Amino acid sequence: MRGRGRGVRRARSVIAYDFFVAPFIEFAFMRRALAGALALALGAGPIGVFLMLRRMSLVGDAMAHAILPGAAVGFLLSGLSLFAMTAGGLIAGFVVALLTGLVARATELKEDAALATFYLLSLALGVTIVSIKGTNVDLLHVLFGNVLALDDETLLLIAANATISLVVLALIYRPLVIECVDPGFMRSVSRAGGPAHLAFLALVVITLVSGFHALGTLLAVGIMMLPAAIGRFWARDITLMITIATVSGIVSGYAGLLLSFHAGVASGPAVILVAGAFYVASLLFGRVGGLLRQLFPGRHLEA
Amino acid sequence: MALTASVLAVGLGASTRAFGQGASGGRLKVIATFSILGDLVRNVGGDRLDIATLVGPNGNAHVYAPSPADAKKVADAAVVFVNGLGFEGWLERLVKASGTKAPIVVATAGIRPLERADAHDHDHGRADPHAWQSVANSKIYVGNIRDALIAIDPAGKAGYEANAAAYLAKLDALDREVRETLAKVPPERRRVVTSHNAFGYFESAYGIRFTAPQGVSTEAEASAKDVAAIISAVRQQKAAAVFLENVTDPRLVRQIADETGAKVGGTLYSDALTDASGDATTYIDLVRHNLRQLANGLMS
Repeated sequence: MRGRGRGVRRARSVIAYDFFVAPFIEFAFMRRALAGALALALGAGPIGVFLMLRRMSLVGDAMAHAILPGAAVGFLLSGLSLFAMTAGGLIAGFVVALLTGLVARATELKEDAALATFYLLSLALGVTIVSIKGTNVDLLHVLFGNVLALDDETLLLIAANATISLVVLALIYRPLVIECVDPGFMRSVSRAGGPAHLAFLALVVITLVSGFHALGTLLAVGIMMLPAAIGRFWARDITLMITIATVSGIVSGYAGLLLSFHAGVASGPAVILVAGAFYVASLLFGRVGGLLRQLFPGRHLEA
Repeated sequence: MALTASVLAVGLGASTRAFGQGASGGRLKVIATFSILGDLVRNVGGDRLDIATLVGPNGNAHVYAPSPADAKKVADAAVVFVNGLGFEGWLERLVKASGTKAPIVVATAGIRPLERADAHDHDHGRADPHAWQSVANSKIYVGNIRDALIAIDPAGKAGYEANAAAYLAKLDALDREVRETLAKVPPERRRVVTSHNAFGYFESAYGIRFTAPQGVSTEAEASAKDVAAIISAVRQQKAAAVFLENVTDPRLVRQIADETGAKVGGTLYSDALTDASGDATTYIDLVRHNLRQLANGLMS
């Protein structure tokens, strides 16, 4: 009997291995996709948390629209070239971010309105350029990205961008956090707020450009904002929030790839949907402001 | 039967209005839905026709979205040539929207459709539309086009017949060329992976086996499961070569080549001709190009 029990246990562990590990052992493209998803989540997690805490959650979405035409123009000029598309996306993103900052500071228009105007202009301009060049459906493949098609250069780019993001974020961490918590105090003690904010916007653009190679411009926002919102439901402390956000981004990447591998659904959306499932679970059961906790506060206090 | 029926429909619908709005400067305005079909029509019609294509060179008819300008072209046409077999899923709405009364000629009428060799189960039982990948089928296209043009423009009958006969002779020579070249490929190397499964007719006509990571339609993004399946397939079948194609993500195909060690060939053109700067500006060039690519990839 004992021998049989051991056999069953081993059979189970083999099944678990086949399910959870084997896809990545057997296929190099799965390892690459995983590496890309990990690097992306690593950079996007902290950025997303800061976007959320600064009430800029929709800025990511707007910037994604601003980047899309830049990448499209890069693609039309030199085809499926990583450099051209990245450069186009970065330029379009930076120009929109800078103009938005300038207009918000120099005129009566608030930042959200300034951003809305510029990203819409950028989007319209990009679509116009594409339509002048004719209908090129390849562009759809490019703009929707493909986490399974990451080549060495793209992986390096994503990893480099994540590294830059983390380093710069470490440098501007203090002013960013203080400004999130008490902007008035920040203004009274330091002038670092403005430059830090601009640097932060640049990091948002960089992260989105990384993201669009793997997930496409629109879903790239998902790997920033969903983990951040998950973190918000489990922690009050910003360090813990960032940690939880990053880890849940990484787990979503891994689980999404497994879902795509076993269920045969498109991989990019699978990653975001898994993150969405984690989000809904956090919304219900989260320790900090989760719905069940609000409905039954007593029961949780007993525990 | 299907062939005579379609030609009959053309004759009834169009004889009265062939030189109405469909004529421009003495030339008959005709529409072909995509570039390859347009080239076949051009070879039969010659100077008598003013031919417009809806999905141009390098375009992808699977995910094409018609524009208002296209609706106007269709409305002005004397006849619209379509591939059929579900290739132009957007056509019905376009025809309705344009309000055209031009006859719709299905160029694949009389061709025995293959079932699409699709990775996804739910697509089974639907016809594979890429019939032109077999030169013998294209001869049927040419016959249909010739008959339809004669029905709609009887005055040009002699010209259409002469053009078609000359072009059919060229296609015969092309068919022989393909067979003779591929006969030299050793049987164990006759296995190929492409990014778009559009070569079912080529496979059944010329005996080269094709496998693809995506289904016949390029509308769906390949999932990790699809890619894994194809890599396993290449490993199992020991496919000799992997070919990129002009309508799907080449990075994905390159990944598969890296991972399997199969030789990466150039692009196999499937659904569209290239523009003037490319090397497949006509149907015959397209077939020759694919043949060269296959020969290079498979013989080595």
